[in-house]
Amino acid sequence: MKFAVPVFPGSNCDYDMVNALRDILNVPADLVSAQATNLEGYDAVVLPGGFSYGDYLRSGAIARFSPVMAAVKDFAATGKPVLGICNGFQILTEAGLLPGTLQANRSAQFICQASELIIRNSRTMFTTAYENQTQISLPIAHGEGNYYCDAQTLAELRANHQIVFEYVDNPNGSIANIAGITNRQGNVLGMMPHPERAVETILGSTAGLGIFQSLLSHQREGAHA
Amino acid sequence: MTYLAKVTVTYKESILDPKGEAINDALHRLGYSNVQSVEMGKYFELKVTGNGQPIEEQVDEMCDRLLANVNMETYQIKIVEVED
Repeated sequence: MKFAVPVFPGSNCDYDMVNALRDILNVPADLVSAQATNLEGYDAVVLPGGFSYGDYLRSGAIARFSPVMAAVKDFAATGKPVLGICNGFQILTEAGLLPGTLQANRSAQFICQASELIIRNSRTMFTTAYENQTQISLPIAHGEGNYYCDAQTLAELRANHQIVFEYVDNPNGSIANIAGITNRQGNVLGMMPHPERAVETILGSTAGLGIFQSLLSHQREGAHA
Repeated sequence: MTYLAKVTVTYKESILDPKGEAINDALHRLGYSNVQSVEMGKYFELKVTGNGQPIEEQVDEMCDRLLANVNMETYQIKIVEVED
């Protein structure tokens, strides 16, 4: 299974992501330019955290129009996994691949801390390695992680089991304590917490590994089917 | 013909504006106790060359696609003609 990690001007979690994939999970991963126009040969895409294009205008608003995002849209339409972490989540909402918006944190402060999450859907291709309704701790680091959507969208998210992660103690004001959601098809996941920062015991936690292990077993099962 | 499009983007009424609230609090600390609320928005000036297409429609589309996030923001457009 081969991962693509698009790099935008201002991405800053791209090397952490590639390190987690290559060195910890032993899977091939390439940094891909924001100017790239095709993602052929890749099995999964991870949009990394950071401040793409300086967060000018709104976080994710400019990155959404970079050439690689057109390729990510096509890639997502084939049903292959697309994961957006932090700024990656913000880009996915701006691009319309996920519903809703990430607003400024309610406290108006940048929040950088460990965050307790509940796994609300362990049946997605990103979460089968976790037990449903269990609690994990992942780092968060964001100024604009306050998820917002209208009431109808929230009802749809609930009805289709698209809410994957919820905060135990809501740090940022997100509606319904939402920390991560998928699209309706379940192959695009956006999450504010950073699983790539929780892959080594020496760094405090390995709770993030499950996301990538889930994707790897999803790929293996697909190959046997 | 050259136009100047003046675009103001603000949050929809139902949307929380933590920056505006922080500014409101700061004004109160400065003694301006009669300030009831502060809403912080964005202001853009676009210098646009006329191309035969209705300019309002073009700027409206730019707002929908990029300048505003219509999930949470609303916008107002004023267009004036300027010297080339």
